[in-house]
Amino acid sequence: MDPQAAKLVGAGLAAIGAGMAAIGVGNVFGSFLESALRNPGAADGQQGRLFIGFAAAELLGLLSFVVAMILIFVA
Amino acid sequence: MAEQGKVDPMHQFTIEPMFGTDHWQIAGYHIPFTNSALWMAIATLALLVFVAGGMKRQLVPGRWQMAVESMTGFVDGLLAANIGPAGKKYVPYVFSLFMFILFANVLGLLPLGIVGVHPFTFTSHFTATGVLAILSFAIVLIVGFWKHKLHFFSLFVPHGTPVVMIPLIFCIELVSFLVRPFSLGLRLFVAMMAGHVLLEVLSGFVISGLNAGLGIGPVVSILSFLLMVAICALEILVAGIQAYVFALLTSLYINDAENLH
Repeated sequence: MDPQAAKLVGAGLAAIGAGMAAIGVGNVFGSFLESALRNPGAADGQQGRLFIGFAAAELLGLLSFVVAMILIFVA
Repeated sequence: MAEQGKVDPMHQFTIEPMFGTDHWQIAGYHIPFTNSALWMAIATLALLVFVAGGMKRQLVPGRWQMAVESMTGFVDGLLAANIGPAGKKYVPYVFSLFMFILFANVLGLLPLGIVGVHPFTFTSHFTATGVLAILSFAIVLIVGFWKHKLHFFSLFVPHGTPVVMIPLIFCIELVSFLVRPFSLGLRLFVAMMAGHVLLEVLSGFVISGLNAGLGIGPVVSILSFLLMVAICALEILVAGIQAYVFALLTSLYINDAENLH
C-alpha cells in the first residue's frame, strides 16, 4: 500500500478509539444518573468521583485523537 | 493534507510574533511577544479584574462579590472534600489554576472573529498546559518529600500488598505516578484542540456548501451550521469541565502527597 494512503487509513482507524471512548463516557454518566435517581441524597457527594471516571475514560479517546493527528501531520 | 481543502483547520493554532517584536532576542534566543503570550496576558488581566471587583468585603455581598465568592467557595469545597483540613493552604494555587484555565478556554471561544480579532486558545498548546501540569506535579513532589521525607515512596506500595507482589506493584504504581504530568497536560490540550479543529472543519463545510451553488449547497450549509451551533454549546461545557477536571486531579494528586494512602 502507498505509505500516504496507509497513514490516512491508520488515522481513520484511530477514530474507532474515539467512538469507544464515547461509549465509555456515556457509561460513566449513565451509571451515575441511574444510581443518582435511586439515591438522590448520596449523589452530590459522588460528583468528584464521577468526574474522575469521566476524565479517565475521556483521556483514552483523546489519545486516539492524538494518534490520528500524529499520523496525518507529523509522521 | 490540507492542500485540497479551502479551510486549513490547523492554521488557527499558528503562533505568530506580534507588534513588530519578531526580532527580539534574549541571550541569543529568539523570544518575541506572540499571540499566545498576548492571550495569556489578557486572561490574567481579566482574572485580576474579576477578582478585584469582588474584594469589597461587604457584609451583604453584591452580585459581583457573590460571583467571586461562589468561585472561591467552590474551590474551597473541592479541596476540603478531597484533601481535608490540610487542603486549606492550597486554595490560592488551585483557585488561580482553575480560573486561569477557565478564562483561557472561554476567551478562546469568544466570537470575536466577526469583528476581525481572532481569539487564540493558548490552552490548545502542550507547551502551555504542560508547564501548568509540571507546576502541579512539582508541588506534589516538593510537598511529598518535604512532609514525609523518604517515607513518601510508600505511596508506591499500597497497604496490604503481599510481599511477593511488591516489586511488580511498585513498578506499576511508579509508572502511573510518573505519567501523571503528561496525562494532566495532554487531556486539557487535546480536548481544546479537538474542539477547535471540529468547529473549523464544520465552518469549512458551511463555506464549501455556499460555494457549491443552489442545488445541494444550502442543505449542506444549513445542516452544518446548525451542528456547529450545537457543538459551540458543547465546547462551552467542555471548557468548564476541562478546567474543573484539571483542578480536581491536581487536588487528588496533592492529597496523595499530603496524606499518602
